[in-house]
Amino acid sequence: MKGMARNPSLTVGTAIVAMLLLVAALGPLAARSDPTAINLAESLARPGIGHPFGCDALGRDVFARVMYGARLSLGVSLSVVALSLVVGSLVGAIAGLAGGWIDETIMRAVDIVLAFPGILLAIALAAILGPGIVDLIVALSAMGWTTYARLVRGELLSLRERDYVQAAHVLGASPSRVVIRHLLPAVAGPMAVQATFGVGGIVAAEAALSFLGLGAMPPTPSWGNMLDAGRAFMLVAPYLTMAPGIAIGVTILGFNLLGDGLAQLAGTRS
Amino acid sequence: MRYLLRRLGTLVPVAIGVATLTFAMIHLVPGDPVVAMLGETAAPADVAGLRHQLGLDRPIGEQYVDFLAGLMRGNLGESISYHRPVAGLIAERFPATLELTIAGLVVGVLVAFPLGIVSGANPGGPADLGAMGFAILGISIPHIYLGPLLMIVFSLDLRWFPLTGRGGLAHLVLPAVTLGTALAAVIARMLRQSLVVVRESDYMRTARSKGRGAMAALLIHGLRNAMTSVVTLVGLQAGALLTGALITEMIFSWPGIGRLLIGAIGARDYPLVEGCVLTFAFTYVVVNMATDLLYGIVDPRVRLE
Repeated sequence: MKGMARNPSLTVGTAIVAMLLLVAALGPLAARSDPTAINLAESLARPGIGHPFGCDALGRDVFARVMYGARLSLGVSLSVVALSLVVGSLVGAIAGLAGGWIDETIMRAVDIVLAFPGILLAIALAAILGPGIVDLIVALSAMGWTTYARLVRGELLSLRERDYVQAAHVLGASPSRVVIRHLLPAVAGPMAVQATFGVGGIVAAEAALSFLGLGAMPPTPSWGNMLDAGRAFMLVAPYLTMAPGIAIGVTILGFNLLGDGLAQLAGTRS
Repeated sequence: MRYLLRRLGTLVPVAIGVATLTFAMIHLVPGDPVVAMLGETAAPADVAGLRHQLGLDRPIGEQYVDFLAGLMRGNLGESISYHRPVAGLIAERFPATLELTIAGLVVGVLVAFPLGIVSGANPGGPADLGAMGFAILGISIPHIYLGPLLMIVFSLDLRWFPLTGRGGLAHLVLPAVTLGTALAAVIARMLRQSLVVVRESDYMRTARSKGRGAMAALLIHGLRNAMTSVVTLVGLQAGALLTGALITEMIFSWPGIGRLLIGAIGARDYPLVEGCVLTFAFTYVVVNMATDLLYGIVDPRVRLE
């Protein structure tokens, strides 16, 4: 309870993220309508009983689409962060542990990937790979892994010099034992913080790609393509864009707050 | 001066790396651009013909050398959909993207300073809560929702600004606000943090005891101290700003490189895609270098390294 008052970011962030995961898992069950069922009689229907967020131009239930969109958005983002985390950590660990020319080569390659600003690399790759969920995950991961590679390498380089790691070496611990027992637990904290912020960033990037027509393609509901489709009707039916717009905003907010909270938690511990 | 030259020297390998990766993406990633352009049902003879016309039937090494050689001379090939040199198309659109990005940066900084100062001068006060609430909102709201929202309120409803396109200052306002809001929020948060730390410092106590007003001391010493962090942050945010401009261009039909790129992707115009991607990446690399150099000006200690 005392922790809650001291770290409101952690509390609110955890609550929002837990709610989102619940929505992604159970929301589609709560929405009784099929998110892709077209019913032109209810085109642009206002929010009301049966359709809490109204209907889009094709008469599809916006509530159902937002719920299924949560599943897609979080599913894609969590997959991307997991994939980036694994690939980035491996690459960063190889660079940090091997040192020398291997380190030099890997880090130059990371620099080149980082020379592509923001989501440009994901846009370019998504354009070449074509639309589709798996291609979307690959394109976003290609952009995301570098952060983790740099983080792991940096942490390893500074940890290597710490007394307790040196001591383990001197006492005859094998390199793999040092990595598993001493280095991995020390890197886990900063990685968790980074990954949490990462989910928020990928949610925004995924929405942007889908908005641009390079991610999840209609009729598959995604928050990004719902915003794109709803734009044309903003004056007559603002509820079409409000639901996915707020959903994206709340998701980014939730993961950012959780990241802040975790960083604060890690900071007070050390 | 030596620092400047050394920094310029690191540009070359990165530029070659960026060009190579872009080339590799377009030429080596599975999927045949020619089939994509002509459709799955195209006759094999047509596919072979277009492939020959684009020079895609030559060995990949030869294409790569040609590509790099062309790049050095500023030749990015011919656009398939416009039937014009890619470099010319980019040169026409680049000023629009630059204008939007700079406007976004200006909005970001202009909004961030008052917000950051108001919060940092009196942490925990109502102004602080309001400003930081706005900052959290600004960081969370995506461009793709903020842009259309601004369009409804300020152009369709209030009719203060034109809806889309590029023209005078009035056309620039809504896109610049869309692009600059997230940046403003990030800088404002950082400024606040920086001022809060400075308030507690010894030299601030000295400044106050010399008889300076608390506010004046905070502004003079605190802001000067925060400038390095602002430059760092703007540098870190430059990538987000550039691709934010790309998305903002799509929302407001702004005739820049971003819209050119997305149009080229839709038209499967791969030489143009390649050119636009390279332009964004090179711009970013140059901006990063410029912020590094700016560091040396804002913080003389950097120059000693």
